[in-house]
Parts: sequence; structure tokens; C-alpha cells
Amino acid sequence: MSNTAANLVALNTVVRREIVRIMRIWTQTLIPPAITMTLYFVIFGKLIGSRIGNIEGGFTYMQYIVPGLVMMSIITNSYGNISSSFFGAKFSRAVEEMLVSPMPNWVILLGYVSGAVVRGLVVGILVLLIALFFTDLHVLHPLITFASVLLGATIFSLAGFVNAIYAKKFDDIALVPTFVLTPLTYLGGVFYSVNMLGEPWQAISRANPILYMVNAFRFGVLGISDVHVGVAFAVMLAFVAGLSIVALQLLKRGIGLRS
Amino acid sequence: MSPQYPDNSDRVPALVVDNLRKTYSNGVEALKGISLTVQPGDFFALLGPNGAGKSTLIGILSSLVNSSGGDAKVFGVSVNHDRSAAMRLIGLVPQEINFNQFEKPFDICVNEAGFYGIPRKIAAERAEKYLKELRLWDKAQMQARTLSGGMKRRLMIARAMMNEPKLLILDEPTAGVDIEIRRSMWQFVSGINAAGTTVILTTHYLEEAESLCRNIAIIDHGSIIENTTMKRLLATLDVETFVLDVATMPDQLPNLPGVTLRRRDEHTLEAEMARSHDLNSLFATLSTHGILVTSMRNKTNRLEELFVRLVEHGRQEPGRNIQSPTGKEQAA
Repeated sequence: MSNTAANLVALNTVVRREIVRIMRIWTQTLIPPAITMTLYFVIFGKLIGSRIGNIEGGFTYMQYIVPGLVMMSIITNSYGNISSSFFGAKFSRAVEEMLVSPMPNWVILLGYVSGAVVRGLVVGILVLLIALFFTDLHVLHPLITFASVLLGATIFSLAGFVNAIYAKKFDDIALVPTFVLTPLTYLGGVFYSVNMLGEPWQAISRANPILYMVNAFRFGVLGISDVHVGVAFAVMLAFVAGLSIVALQLLKRGIGLRS
Repeated sequence: MSPQYPDNSDRVPALVVDNLRKTYSNGVEALKGISLTVQPGDFFALLGPNGAGKSTLIGILSSLVNSSGGDAKVFGVSVNHDRSAAMRLIGLVPQEINFNQFEKPFDICVNEAGFYGIPRKIAAERAEKYLKELRLWDKAQMQARTLSGGMKRRLMIARAMMNEPKLLILDEPTAGVDIEIRRSMWQFVSGINAAGTTVILTTHYLEEAESLCRNIAIIDHGSIIENTTMKRLLATLDVETFVLDVATMPDQLPNLPGVTLRRRDEHTLEAEMARSHDLNSLFATLSTHGILVTSMRNKTNRLEELFVRLVEHGRQEPGRNIQSPTGKEQAA
């Protein structure tokens, strides 16, 4: 068997193991985001949104926030999946199974990222299905929608992986979601258009990567966006490339993994 | 998976460690330039007190620890320069439990094979084979956390066999395992060794090392203080102490040239004598003095006695030079 074929078997093993883990603890991985997002739809979309009226492009507030909430659940679940799974493997030393194997670092990274993206996508589909109970949605640009979901999930999977590499205790993997991810998500145009902000807040918001993910996805679904879609994809691709390089370098140097 | 290196395992040593050094970031010098060679098919003991550098050496061989200098070659493949190819040749049974305890033994083994690029069908067959051989097949579909300590250790051996390694490294695999399970583990590993797999063993149960291993290296403070055959090492032990259980104990112990007799309690004697001294004269003298011996055993394991002497001697003379069997002179 060639090295490529062996690497594909190894990649398949890592991804499969991640998916089995997601399904084994489905009450922790799939149900909570569905419940949280249902509450968002009921409170922000239905109760408060009905008093707001139409927002940009003639869409109801519910229709406007659905893409943002779907993207929010995708990125938080991708991040949470990889950071807890990889740190758990580090903590239990099960990661050594992979480190002593012939698997190259990129296979380990791609395997974990793929698992996290799968969870993000499954949760995204669940949230989207729940959203259909509250409003009508027609995806305007399916390819852009899918590409933005894929890139958004990949970016936060990579970020979660870097977090897990540096984490020394379970508290460390909760710090980033609490103090970085949640504020960025809320300020990333999920619930409002950044055009509603004055300067300098509008300029500051444009430094938030989540803004580009949410708006690329919103453009794919509704056809409206606060930023140019080309710019949004360029930003997302740059983040994927940058974070991939960082993660691979950390694996190569064995930071937090090899003595 | 077919290996990506020439199959020259019969001609090249299973392991060549060349001037391997490791200094941790806190300044601790765990390995001070050690060199050793393990021949293919050997059952090799790597002994040393806690903190001697054994686990660091094994960590470097299995790529969990980055070396500070030197190199190690597994069947001619450099761990530094061709890590993946070297890792395909090694199976590791670590000291600490390091599998996901929420997974099933069968999945742990199949996944391990997958990491080595072994297709799932072959992996499943091997998992069944090794779990059965290690008497874990009936637990194959239970969560690993429900296994006993001995079962977990056997599971790590089964897992290490999934890539059918040419070099199996066992780092204290029987720690905390009861005697029956320990014996069954050694029976399995001896069988693997007899089939051609080279085995490197670290253990604190020195009677195991003595009975299983053909060659030995003793490491202390990051240096190899002895590296020879087990037979040659044991031959250097010039004095033995026997414990004799006796039915009757006289007031005055008899004098016997070359033998020091000591009373331990009312029914136990200790006899220290040169290994060249015959036992017949001892029994004859004891019998003449009306001492009836009911049973006899060695006071300590022979290797244990030598091990303690070597380590203590090395500490008293930290600067002495030790001649390695490869002919290279190393600073101890």
C-alpha cells in the first residue's frame, strides 16, 4: 500500500472516530444547540422581532436573523467539538496513539477539522430545520451558502484546535469561547446590520472575522450582505490558510504534545 | 501496509542508539549521550531506578520526546530523519494507560491499526486475533473504563500488536498486575519474541527480566552503567545468600569455612557463601549439628542483587568509565 493510500486510511479513521464520538454523546453535541437556537427564534425572532417589523431588503426580522443564528451555531459547535475532543485526547493521553503512529501531522489536523466541520454542519442543518417552523426561507445562492458554511466551520475548527494545543486544563478551552468567541459572534452582525452602527463602530466591526462569515452566509440565503461577498470569501480563505499554517507549525514543533 | 523501506531486518540491528542526548527545558539532563545496540530477535532488558532516563529513551524512540542530540535507528531507519517509516516498525506499550476509556477495546484496536494505514477489514481480523490471544475477546464490546487494571494492560499489548511491529517496546507493562495475569502476559510476549519480534522491556520486577531477557542494559542518571548479556552479568555475582527454614535451632551455630551463618528467628537461618561453594558440605555440617532443613530459597533475586550493587557503585564513583559491549567508551 502506498503512503497516500495509508494516509487516506488514517484520515478516514480519525474522521470516523470523531463522528462516532459526536453520535455517542449526541445529547451533549446535537441537542443543546438545537434547544438554544429554538429559544433565540422564539424570543428574538417571534416575540421581539414581530414588533420590529421589516428590516433590510424587505425581510422580516426573523428571516434576517436566521442565517446569522445558523452560522453562529455552526461556528460555536465546530469550535467546541474540536477543542474539547482534542484537549480530551491530550488530557487522557490518548493523543499519544496518534503521535506514535506514522500518521503525518496534516492527517491528524485534517481528521479533527473534518470531524468538527461535520458536527457544525449537522447542527446547522438541525437549526435550519427548526427555523422553518418559524418562517419561510428560500436559499438564493446554494453554492455560496454551502461554501460560506464550510469555510466558517473550518476557520473555527482550526481556531479550536490551536486553543486545544495550548490548553493545559479544561478551563483553558472555556476561556476563548467565553471571552472571545461569544462577544465576536454577538458583535458580528447576527442580530443587526453593521450599517446601523455609526463610526468608529462600523469600522471596528469590519475587523471582526465573524462579520464576513455571517454576511457571506446571509448573502447566500437572502441575497443581502453588509460586506462585498468577494471580500468576505477572501477574508475567510486568508483565515483558513493562516490558521492552518499555525496549527501545522504547532504540531511540527510538538507544542503541548511532545516533550 | 507494505513498508517503504528495504526489508533488511535480518542484517541490520533492530535498534542502534547513537550518542542520544536529552536536556529538558527545565535544565534536567535526562540522557547524557547514551549508545547501545539491540540485535534483531533479541529480548532486551532496559533497567534502571526511577528517573534514570528509561522512559525518556523510550519517548525518543517512539517520537513522543524530541531528542537534544544524537540519533536512533530502528532496523536502519532513522527516527530523526524518517519518523514515519521508523514508527511503522515499532509497537509501544506505554507505562501509563493512554487510550480513550470511553471507547470499546475492539474499536481501540481497529482505530490504532487505522492510524498505521491498515485497512479496516484486516484491522478487524487482527483485533479479533490479538484480543482473543490476550483473553479480552469477551470484553471487546464493553467500554474500556469497565476493564480491570490487568485487562487494560493487556489491551495496550493487543493495541501495540495491531501494526505487527518488528520491535515491540514494553515500558513496565506488568506494573500493578497480579501474578497470574503477569505470567500469561509474559507467555504471550515470549511467543511473539519466539516468532521473531524483537522485544525491549523495562520492568521493576527483576526476576522477570532475568528469566525472559537475553541481553541487558542498566541506565542510571542518564548514562548506561552496564550493557552485556544476562548470562555474563549474572556470572559476575560472586556471593549468594540462602534462606533456610529449619525444624530445630541449636544454641550455638556451627562454623563452616567459606559460609557465614546468621540466625534470623527461631526457625530461620541465613547462609551467605561464595557461588563456587558447594551446598553438600553445608547440609552435611548442619545435619551433623542436628539441624533439620525443611526448605530453602534465595534471599533475593540474583539480578536484583547485582542491580542494586551496580547502581550504588555507580553513585559512589560517578566519574568512572564503563566499557560498553560495542567497544565504545562512555562516561558514566
